[in-house]
Amino acid sequence: MSEEKKSPYIIPIGPTHPALKEPVMFTFRMDGEVIRDVDFAPGQTHRGIEWMGMRRNPVQIVHLTDRICGICGVSHTLAFSRAVEQVAGIEVPERADYIRTIIAEFERIQSHLLWAGVAAHELGFDSLLHLTWRVREQSMDVIENLTGNRVNYALVQVGGVRRDIVPEQHRIIEDCLSTYEGLLGKLLDLFLHDKTIAMRCRNVGLLSKDDALKLCTVGPTARASGVNVDLRQDYPYCAYGDLDVRAILPDQHLGETRGDVYDRIVVRLLEVGQSCGIVRQCLSEMPSGEITAEPKLAKLLAICKKARGEAIGRVEAPRGECFHYVVMEGKEAPTAWKVKASSYSNLMSWIPMLRGEQIADIPIVVASIDPCLSCTDRVAVVRSGSRSILTKDDLHRLSVEKTRRLQQ
Amino acid sequence: MKPTPSFNRSLWAFHFNSGSCNGCEIEIVAAITPRYDPERFGIKLVGSPRHADVMVVTGPVVKKMKDRLIRVYDQIPDPKLVMCVGTCGISGGVFYDSYNLEGPVDEVIPVDVYVPGCPPRPEAIIHGVVTALAKLERLEGGSA
Repeated sequence: MSEEKKSPYIIPIGPTHPALKEPVMFTFRMDGEVIRDVDFAPGQTHRGIEWMGMRRNPVQIVHLTDRICGICGVSHTLAFSRAVEQVAGIEVPERADYIRTIIAEFERIQSHLLWAGVAAHELGFDSLLHLTWRVREQSMDVIENLTGNRVNYALVQVGGVRRDIVPEQHRIIEDCLSTYEGLLGKLLDLFLHDKTIAMRCRNVGLLSKDDALKLCTVGPTARASGVNVDLRQDYPYCAYGDLDVRAILPDQHLGETRGDVYDRIVVRLLEVGQSCGIVRQCLSEMPSGEITAEPKLAKLLAICKKARGEAIGRVEAPRGECFHYVVMEGKEAPTAWKVKASSYSNLMSWIPMLRGEQIADIPIVVASIDPCLSCTDRVAVVRSGSRSILTKDDLHRLSVEKTRRLQQ
Repeated sequence: MKPTPSFNRSLWAFHFNSGSCNGCEIEIVAAITPRYDPERFGIKLVGSPRHADVMVVTGPVVKKMKDRLIRVYDQIPDPKLVMCVGTCGISGGVFYDSYNLEGPVDEVIPVDVYVPGCPPRPEAIIHGVVTALAKLERLEGGSA
């Protein structure tokens, strides 16, 4: 055999691959079984939603934001609506705020259960996938009862919500919550005390607190690394100001924080329990009154059309902070609309997590941040075939320059 | 439906995401989990197109995925069927005016079964699979 250099060798994965449901392209530089370096190329599901949004009016955009992501539709719609409401000076009725909180928390419950199932599947534990997804169906039933649809609810609209929660529905919600609270102990037991899961997840996909802060990680991924961030606690919106929401960190349950996949499971499962509590509190404290500031859509459109200014809407989505920036200049469509979904901040944490892991751990580590690529994908424009890479410093410089330019 | 004599194997599906919003993906996975459980009829999702009878396509086909969609379609052995799940793959749906679309799906590859809805319910997806099954039997020479 010749003395050719055999390592590192390269394994390309994707964009269509069986692990995740969404396309993403990975390039792994391997040294034997060990990942030395990793690069990834998202962008395969870019649909140009912001561009389309800038050609539609806010009432239409709400249906577009629902379809940025099929799992966290409420978060996107809520963040966008909150931005538009701030620009247009629309005061949302208090009851609508509570209904928004309830549906946002139900979305978190179903999203975290969904993730728990996917994580079990990535570990090869398919019976647990089927168990969690069977359990999840009950929350889907409640969501369908509240909104009329299982996915893409279209409940939130600019100025309020589309449907009220009537007293008959309280019992259905209460049934679901008590089932989940009863099941949570069982699920925690299944996930945390199972030998296989502990072996596969403990000390796998480590993300240190420093790295999490440096990479601007958000949501459960950041909290599992010990970063105390939760928009519901730090910048309360909707009804969260009236509720006592505290960020869930793994050391509250386990006594220590390691920032591994196991910690991410703990955080997400405990958040299911927390969400149940929030929904229950919302139901008991929900004030009566209107559910929308302006029920007539034509009037609402006229208000939006007159609006001038810019605003941001921030919402704690199941995966972390979801951020919408809207500029309106007295036209029907917004002049600018920028979406930063939570996975956009989290994707970079794949690189420190995957370095040094084995091939077999790729699926669970990749899934552990609960990536949502349809929220995230951007388009890359290549001019005349040349390629350039912008570093963080370059981006910072460009950003400062733009601020200076706008100030003039 | 009653299987004809040409029903000689279970139906395996390969799922291809051509730029969907995840809504249909979630409902497809929900359709294979215990509440609906089509696996008792042998219907399941497989990880490789070479094992599949039916290709389940979601999403409106964005520019980057067009070539890949054709490549994956070519990899599925004949006789094969394509099932288009979700409104955006059928007509573009809410994304109809986007600059990044090459779709709808039937302009890229031939589609046999359309399942409308944004997203369709798991029951609708299973009904689509059953429709596909009937057509596959016809292709194989059954009398269904």
